Amino acid sequence: MIRSVSPARDPLLGVAVLAIAAVYVRALAFTPIEARQGAAQKIMYVHATSAFIALYVAFVLLAVCSLLYLWLKDEKLDRVAESAAEVGLVFTTVVLVTGPLWGKTIWGAWWTWDARLTATLFLWFLIVAYLLLRGAVEERGRRARYSAVLGILAAPLVPFIHLSVYLFRTLHPMPILLKPSAPSMPSEMVVTFVASFLAFALLFIALLRARYRIATLRDALADHEEAHG
Amino acid sequence: MAERFAPPSSPPGTLAAAWIVARKDLAIEFRTRTAFLAALVFALLGVTIFFFAWDSTAVAAADLAPGVLWVIFTFAGLLGLQRSFGSELADRAVDGLLGAPIAREAIYLGKALANLVFVSGILVVTIPAVVLFYNLPLGREIAALAGIAGLAAIGLVAVGTLFSAMAVNTRMAELLLPMLSLPFFVPIVMAAAQSSARLMAGRPAAEAWPWLRILLAYDVVFVTACTLAFPYTLDE
Repeated sequence: MIRSVSPARDPLLGVAVLAIAAVYVRALAFTPIEARQGAAQKIMYVHATSAFIALYVAFVLLAVCSLLYLWLKDEKLDRVAESAAEVGLVFTTVVLVTGPLWGKTIWGAWWTWDARLTATLFLWFLIVAYLLLRGAVEERGRRARYSAVLGILAAPLVPFIHLSVYLFRTLHPMPILLKPSAPSMPSEMVVTFVASFLAFALLFIALLRARYRIATLRDALADHEEAHG
Repeated sequence: MAERFAPPSSPPGTLAAAWIVARKDLAIEFRTRTAFLAALVFALLGVTIFFFAWDSTAVAAADLAPGVLWVIFTFAGLLGLQRSFGSELADRAVDGLLGAPIAREAIYLGKALANLVFVSGILVVTIPAVVLFYNLPLGREIAALAGIAGLAAIGLVAVGTLFSAMAVNTRMAELLLPMLSLPFFVPIVMAAAQSSARLMAGRPAAEAWPWLRILLAYDVVFVTACTLAFPYTLDE
């Protein structure tokens, strides 16, 4: 059965966009400018929140849904994993774009092979490979199983890459200043940061829902075509 | 002859079945030798071409060698992994494997074992070639280097065999296998290159130890995970 849905009228998406706009008005106009980094620090409200959501929400959701799919064989779980991967790719891309912009101003380099940067880059590669794999398998059940296997194996890989690069760096220190030890933020910044996190989390949920709806419609359409030629 | 193909009274155990699968793959490879020779020549060509991609007056050959060795090794390994399940596609030979009264894990372990022999064979020729072409003063360290090579080969084969089984059933197998595998080879290349660089530079073995521990942990985690995941890559 295909129900009519109108993704454009999803109120959650509008609320999320408005919340992010509001957070940015607060971040730019009503949050103090960081003493050492100046205005560049404002990137944190996009960068760090997106990174957190990409790694700890999207990627974990992908791995957990993949594992549960192989166990329960419920197509809904496969669709959630697919949606989490695609929305997670958007957030990871945001991290990889805003990171160098911030890094160039503060560290003096667009890129360093720091453990976090490298792990994030390979997380991006893994999600791209995951989506390419999905696109390359025709049969739906097989596509779900293959992508679930990749989603599960990617979970232990990211810590391995992080650990290897960490070891690589501690044995071979580079002359570039990596990260200043986290300065304790004034409370206005903390409030902006938490608000920004909530706004981006809302956006993640809205996009995930929209993407999940597309996946459901696509599968329903495929079922329909199969049943009626 | 008849005796040789007589059905055994009971199905073989997992390890015995794995050995049978591995022997089958190795027999095919031994009788054709095309894939192995191609991968070997590819590895040797890679080693020589890399030498000219650097300014040899600015970078010492000994500093270059470990990186070259392990990057070439992963690419040559991919050639072997590609045909691991590719060879089962013709006449749906894989149905014979699936219909055999053996555990699915045994198919994976057997395929992985055959691939391990394949990539080890490549390493046995490539490592001396690198030592020769890059003028490495290698003596006692060769035993330790062989240990690193073994650990790296196990990790590469564990992940690569699984992805080979998946990639052959997709629309772009040749492209997808490297796309899936290479991110997983990053910790292997890093650990193998860093530990062998220390050995080749004559540093104390203790400096290579943290990297060897990463390789060991990688092997344990991914051999286990891939063995458990493999049955899900087969059609039911």
